[in-house]
Amino acid sequence: MTVFVIRRLMQSGLVLFVMSLIVFFGVYAIGDPIEIFISPEADQIERERAKAALGLDRPVWAQYFAFLGAAFQGDLGRSFVFNMPAITLILQRMPATLELAVSALLLGIVVGLPLGMYAGYRPNSAGAKAILAGSILGFSLPTFWVGLMLIMVFAVNLGWLPSTGRGQTATYLGITSSLFTVDGLRHLAMPALNLALFKISLIIRLARAGMRENMLMDYVRFARAKGLPMRRVVFVHVFKNILIPIVTVIGLELGSTIAFAVVTESIFAWPGMGKLIIDSIQRLDRPVIVAYLCIIVFMFIVINLVVDILYSVLDPRVRLSEAKG
Amino acid sequence: MSMAQATRDPGVQTPLRRFVADFAESRVAMAGLAVFALVLGAALLAPLLSPQNPYDLNQLDIMDGRQPPMTKSLEGFVFWLGSDDQGRDMLSAIFYGLRTSLGVGAMSAVGALAIGMAAGLLAAYFGGRVESVVMRVVDIQLSFPSILVALILLAVLGQGTWKIILALICVQWAYYARTVRGTALVERRKEYIEAARCLALGHRRIVFRHLLPNCLPPLIVVVTVQVAHAIALEATLSFLGIGLPITEPSLGLLIANGFEYLLSGKYWISFFPGVALLVTIVSINLVGDQLRDVLNPRLQK
Repeated sequence: MTVFVIRRLMQSGLVLFVMSLIVFFGVYAIGDPIEIFISPEADQIERERAKAALGLDRPVWAQYFAFLGAAFQGDLGRSFVFNMPAITLILQRMPATLELAVSALLLGIVVGLPLGMYAGYRPNSAGAKAILAGSILGFSLPTFWVGLMLIMVFAVNLGWLPSTGRGQTATYLGITSSLFTVDGLRHLAMPALNLALFKISLIIRLARAGMRENMLMDYVRFARAKGLPMRRVVFVHVFKNILIPIVTVIGLELGSTIAFAVVTESIFAWPGMGKLIIDSIQRLDRPVIVAYLCIIVFMFIVINLVVDILYSVLDPRVRLSEAKG
Repeated sequence: MSMAQATRDPGVQTPLRRFVADFAESRVAMAGLAVFALVLGAALLAPLLSPQNPYDLNQLDIMDGRQPPMTKSLEGFVFWLGSDDQGRDMLSAIFYGLRTSLGVGAMSAVGALAIGMAAGLLAAYFGGRVESVVMRVVDIQLSFPSILVALILLAVLGQGTWKIILALICVQWAYYARTVRGTALVERRKEYIEAARCLALGHRRIVFRHLLPNCLPPLIVVVTVQVAHAIALEATLSFLGIGLPITEPSLGLLIANGFEYLLSGKYWISFFPGVALLVTIVSINLVGDQLRDVLNPRLQK
């Protein structure tokens, strides 16, 4: 177990290093931010002064090492646009994104798991077919377009829900969130549903497939032969086995939900870090792009590590094959 | 007995015919295939089917701007699906947009397939260090969601048609590599490969002539799913303004273009391109689903 964790940690460190290289040198290549920040009439001396102020006059590799050194101290550069530390900017926006992602994931589990289990339990019933068709549709519907349609129906035509922003937030147990006010929940409803759509479909699929496969297994027949009621077999024995892939996926999906929040946040003008990164790419705000990508990759590495460890705790077969490999 | 009769004889079962018969069992999948054929036809024949060339500025009239569906244009033809702010017929724009979207999707799928297949086959056939390096890279990449990988690459590369194709290839090759390796590992241990080795055939011949064809069935399923993904991802990125440039109006860009008019109730500018995108993706997914069921040995009767 320790060897497994140490090896994963080393691998994670390597990925983070390679990512910082790609991102830093790549982003450096896409454009000259100085062109944006200085009026075209500025003379050479003014340009040089601005370059020096932003640290752009040094060679790329020197800038990289300065960046790396500062990064270890938690400083990922200052935003050109907001003139504040990039990391502060991103951390300010992070709670809004996390709130959206967690709400979407919860919605996915609450709706997806029962529907998927039912569809797998009675695969030939009309209800199961309708659920499956719905999940195919959920997979196929482009998230951003569903978002637009939600706005069209609920904000423009019906006027029930607000279409932009996060609404009023309240602080409860030290967490400031839209979840604690009615206005906040009204703002959260559409973006969360929009982001959850894909998760619901995914969990339906997983639960259905798990149910179908497990119902054919010998242990189910054995448990039935032993005289256990069907309800117990499904909700205790089969449920546990279905849960293994679903726990992994939910863990991994937290990361991907945060990544996909980029789309939902842009549509609903949700003030999270996803909207920030899109705005920053369009404005060529280099430090924010680099900082965002480093932070999100770091988050992913942590999430993946935790999921891997949880997985090996849940399923000892994984641990054994890892130790051998 | 003539040839035609012989092929119609139900007693003769070739694997291909069994496959076609199995596939045709699902009406939904056949409908999906038919719809996809229509979409493909509309994309290929866009210049012939469109009432106007939506990107020839001479044919556009700003006076025709933002007309609701079924309005007659100044030119005399009908805007079946309305027009956008510059007086562009949405139906024509959708036909041309489908061309771009399907083209980008297909090109990235071909590129990713070629790279992923080669990497997966090499990993499975040679094993050892080649395999562990390739599969470690695949594992690491697959632990990041596709949109994040694409976002990183586009933040780094900038905008452009070839850049987005490159980004989509980078996002997708790993899926192909993993699938091919999985199948090839099983196939490699079978006797026909051993026999080919005993005949002292070259590595290249064994891998491409013997191993590869037997790895194709699961790969076909992955291709359909990934083409649909590529089209959706391209549309999403273009919608966000970091995908295709404005000179290559894909469905995603059309939808983005209509976003600002949506709030004032002019729904058709982004609604119909979205429907076209949805129909395309659903039809591909329906075909893919049935392929998966037909080609999955576990579910075979």
